[in-house]
Amino acid sequence: MRAAAVIAAVAIALALQTTLARFLVRGVVGVDLVLVVVVYVALMAGSVSGLLTGAVAGLMQDIVTRVPSSIIGIGGLAKTIVGFLAGVVGTQFIVAQPLPRFVVFFSATVLHAVIFMGLYVLLDLRHFGTPVAAVGGQALGNALVGVVAFQVAELLPGAVERRRAQRSQFRR
Amino acid sequence: MALQDIRQRSGYLFLAVVLAQIILISAQVNSRTGVPVLESVTFGLFAEVQRSASAAVSSVRHLWGGYIGLRHAKAENEELKRQLADAQIQLQEQRALADRSRSLEQLLQLRNNSDVQTVAAEIIGDAAAPDFRTMTIDKGTNDGLRPDMAVIAPAGVVGRVVVPSGRAAKVQLLIDRNAAAGALIARSRAQGVVVGEGDERLRLEYVSEVADVVTGDLVVTSGIDGIFPKGFVIGRIESVEKASGMYKRIVVKPAVDFRSLEEVLVVLTPSPAREAEGRTE
Repeated sequence: MRAAAVIAAVAIALALQTTLARFLVRGVVGVDLVLVVVVYVALMAGSVSGLLTGAVAGLMQDIVTRVPSSIIGIGGLAKTIVGFLAGVVGTQFIVAQPLPRFVVFFSATVLHAVIFMGLYVLLDLRHFGTPVAAVGGQALGNALVGVVAFQVAELLPGAVERRRAQRSQFRR
Repeated sequence: MALQDIRQRSGYLFLAVVLAQIILISAQVNSRTGVPVLESVTFGLFAEVQRSASAAVSSVRHLWGGYIGLRHAKAENEELKRQLADAQIQLQEQRALADRSRSLEQLLQLRNNSDVQTVAAEIIGDAAAPDFRTMTIDKGTNDGLRPDMAVIAPAGVVGRVVVPSGRAAKVQLLIDRNAAAGALIARSRAQGVVVGEGDERLRLEYVSEVADVVTGDLVVTSGIDGIFPKGFVIGRIESVEKASGMYKRIVVKPAVDFRSLEEVLVVLTPSPAREAEGRTE
């Protein structure tokens, strides 16, 4: 059940990423929604779920974003490592506050970029110039989205419950 | 349960997933030679496996070949040893044949050079007792042999026929204790009688104390005994000593090596002395 939910979340993230990419990429802040889902699952469910989610989500993302110069597996590998390490961090440290979560999302994005871009550069398949600003911006965006997602996910059930309670008071 | 195990072994799972994706990446990335990395690495690894397998097989084959070769070498070695032994035997036979041919040639030469009529005989036996220095030859009365016929060899006098039978004869060697022959010193013509000592030496008796005899003088038959023709070599003076009596004590070393005799000549022609004796009788 949980696996199905994770797969659904990844699919939705991919769908949003592909539909919103043109806006996000052209904007100042870039966001990798799939990576956000991977880190989120890792922090919530642990390293195994994180690495499996990262592997599946990364491979799916690689396949979807397939271009002649791209390699299927590099994104998967990067997200697998990030998901595993994020899961380890989530189980070893208390990451329940927005700031630690922000740091985790930010660091995960930087690490992902290092692995992803590093492999491409290493294999001489693609050059990224000086990607510090782009990586920093994406890390910031992912961190913000991630923290918001956590807040929403945590607040949403209570808000729904309160909304239901208010509606029931009106009817009476 | 399985999921729990997986969770407990997340490190292994992580490594497996990472490895799988590295393999996936390698399958798509070309190496500098243009061949995909996965193919290149796989081929390289497989080539190493092939190399190892080939080396192992080669080692086994080499070992087996060595073992088989060793077995063959052992058999071959035994065969070669047998051949070598055969060759050595043949060589000995050839050498013996050559020696015998040389000996026979010398006998033939002796027979041709001497005026006496002879018959060649082969030694087929030795003395039955060590106190008697005799030998048996393969010629007997059927070949014209008679008692007291002289037996000679290329080197010198051997002895005389004592007991002839139809196809064999017993020869008393000159070194026997009961053997004797008339002798003279070739250089000084001093006469005496050679007597056997029973060993490898002869004693020259009845040589005058004033006779000119020195060590190394050649001693030959004098022919006066009626058995040995005149002029055949007996040996050389080995030592000359003054004796208390009228005669010198002289030791002669025989010219014939009696231990290595194989063929001899039996003198059929009687010596002039024996011929004269026959006429007198």
